[in-house]
Amino acid sequence: MTSVLTHEQLEALRVENREQLEALRAELIASMPQDQPQVRVCMGLCCLARGADRVAAAFRKAVTDKNLNIKIRPLIKETGCHGLCNQGPLVTLDPAGWFYTQVKPEDVAEIVQTGLVEGKPVDRLQYQENGTRYTRSDEIPFYKMQTRIVTRNLGLIDPLDIRDALRVGAYEAMAKALTQMTPDEVVKTVEDSGIRGRGGAGFPTGRKWRSAVQALSRRPGAAYIVCNGDEGDPATFMDRAIMEGDPHAVIEGLVIGAYAIGAHEAYLYVREEYPIAIHHLTTAMDQARVLGLIGENILGTGFDLEFQINRGAGAFVCGESTALFTSIEGRSGEPRAKYIRSVERGLWGRPTVLNNVETLANLPLIVKNGGAWYSAMGSPRNTGTKAFSVVGKVKNSGLIEVPMGIPLSKIVEDICGGVPGGEPFKAVQTGGASCGCVPYALKDVPVDYDSLAKVGAMMGSGGLIVLDKHDCMVDLSRFFLHFLEEESCGKCLPCRLGLKCMLDILDRFARGEGRVEDLDELVSLAQAVKDGALCALGGGAPNPLLASIRYFRDEFISHIADKKCPAGVCRDLVTTA
Amino acid sequence: MSILTADKTKTEKDRWIHFTLDGKPVKAREGWTVLDTARENGVDIPTLCHHPAVEPSGACRMCVVEAREGSWSRVVVSCMYPPYEGVEILTDSPRVLNVRRWVLEMLLAKTPASTAIRALARQYGVESTRFKIEDPTEECILCGLCVRVCEEVVGVQALSFGGRGTTKHIATPYMIPNTACVACGACLMVCPTGAMQARFDRIRGDVSKRIGPSRTYVGGVR
Repeated sequence: MTSVLTHEQLEALRVENREQLEALRAELIASMPQDQPQVRVCMGLCCLARGADRVAAAFRKAVTDKNLNIKIRPLIKETGCHGLCNQGPLVTLDPAGWFYTQVKPEDVAEIVQTGLVEGKPVDRLQYQENGTRYTRSDEIPFYKMQTRIVTRNLGLIDPLDIRDALRVGAYEAMAKALTQMTPDEVVKTVEDSGIRGRGGAGFPTGRKWRSAVQALSRRPGAAYIVCNGDEGDPATFMDRAIMEGDPHAVIEGLVIGAYAIGAHEAYLYVREEYPIAIHHLTTAMDQARVLGLIGENILGTGFDLEFQINRGAGAFVCGESTALFTSIEGRSGEPRAKYIRSVERGLWGRPTVLNNVETLANLPLIVKNGGAWYSAMGSPRNTGTKAFSVVGKVKNSGLIEVPMGIPLSKIVEDICGGVPGGEPFKAVQTGGASCGCVPYALKDVPVDYDSLAKVGAMMGSGGLIVLDKHDCMVDLSRFFLHFLEEESCGKCLPCRLGLKCMLDILDRFARGEGRVEDLDELVSLAQAVKDGALCALGGGAPNPLLASIRYFRDEFISHIADKKCPAGVCRDLVTTA
Repeated sequence: MSILTADKTKTEKDRWIHFTLDGKPVKAREGWTVLDTARENGVDIPTLCHHPAVEPSGACRMCVVEAREGSWSRVVVSCMYPPYEGVEILTDSPRVLNVRRWVLEMLLAKTPASTAIRALARQYGVESTRFKIEDPTEECILCGLCVRVCEEVVGVQALSFGGRGTTKHIATPYMIPNTACVACGACLMVCPTGAMQARFDRIRGDVSKRIGPSRTYVGGVR
């Protein structure tokens, strides 16, 4: 996807103050009629992998055909992730809102003919569930039951065209903060919202900012705000979707945060494996800079904020805050003890605030609508909404957003349609490689930081992997331990040595060479790694294993004592009858 | 003594922090770690990657202690943990001993040739290991003292870590003897297991071809 705007076109849009920004916004909205026909093609990674780029190209070719008998040529818009990932490629036709799934380039001619010329939807490409055909996506249970706040623009706007972002309100909140709020008022708004770090730790964002402000007042000088775009947990892609699909929300969040804490340099640390996100963020930043929305003297307020994108180099551990900072500093990514918090001494020893992509993308609406608006959603001490990537044994997998506190069963069974075939799921692995699982028996547990922690699961960054009876918990624990063993930075002994030793014991179980005493010894070793590790990579590594043993002990005993794998996964234990 | 003392006011430098160490009341100056205080008070906490000449690293985890306050407790490394008023520090609690024993048992498999590790393990009742021994001649525990002393004290950074995770190793640029090395022997002195003796010839290049003036490089903190 190439940028649709030239430098000259962008310069013509430059704004020097808030009034000019709002005038530009009004002009852009007016120039796009409500009934403007559009074809929105999802370019999220899953749709892209299934050929969405060829679908978009086919649309472009079809609508420029001079023999096409329509009054107004539709805009072909390549957007971010529409959410219903396993039904892609996804296409939506505006203004009717007709929603099509599994679209192939060969289908484009029919969509254009039936939809644009004849004005009717194409039945066979519509989403079907339980015998019902859905014309619009907002009618489908998958979408209807969600509350799309931070993901509201994904699928709607072209991330490479700042005009689209401006039309849906980008930088309005930033202008409000910079011109009519003090930094302290901005911090207070975020405190009132109750939003907790969406990267997984769930630390209250307002409290983090407040500590940074206090640290900076004790030691005046440089402060930094950093965006953690190193989303590395297996099966999580919410941050990727937000960075790719609504990059301006992240940039705007960084300006708001920088203003609140008194930083004049913003860093975005994005993992190397997200080249599209890096491209979209870079383009968005470049466009925003030409328009005068970032950089020196933003909107004439005298507030300066310079941006830099740092790319990762393939280390999961660099998602850990202190390792991320050493990486930005040009050194090898290794965490350090966090007895001195990063808000005191972070990047280059200065007060630094590190926020997750999703946390930052929520800030514009929080500033616009106020903290109370946000805290009214979700549940007490776990306010707002959360984006999740739901994968595994479900009918509908993809990107969703729901209020905090929603029962897990509602997500898995109602929104995502449950296990294909209708049987109960076995467990849901939450939060990736460093968190635990929730068994079916606890399926109604509210999905929020506190409730999940109580059952030993932990929310983590938002990946939900649904497992059924064909998934082996011993094998799953091995998978995650192996992942973390490879990603360990190697600095501390409990992690560098311990993960491998734990894996060796688990491998023996999977080969039918385990002894019953091994299980308790494994738990003791796991506890030593959890207590002794330097950072949350090692500290969290035993969690999937400990949760699996807690809820599926019989399955482990079956491997060890009976030399059987009930799920039929561990090859050495599966015998042909 | 540590980066924590860098910019405190005079009154802060004069005050004492009172806490307990295994039930015994002790006091620390602003900037002291739990380990510093323990050594002041004759309480023995084992260490492997700690050395007074360099910044603490927190890598070996042998110096772990349990910090407790009411029902809250946390296992921390005493070489870096700053005590605060009223905290209860336990140097030999079950959680602490569990960490030390498992780390030592794993080290017995990883560095079977090290007599220093064997002796320390024996102190904690760890005589043998159930884990597989890959290299029976290995003694290097990758504590990083050699790297830190060369960077912080000598200032030439002749050696560093290479690789990540289980493939981490002591390395020189391009894995060839490094002419930046001044053959001072500091790395040999600080090595807790003597493993550097076997490696030194791979690090020290031809001293007559030593490159450039040395550059003092303190810790990486600007």
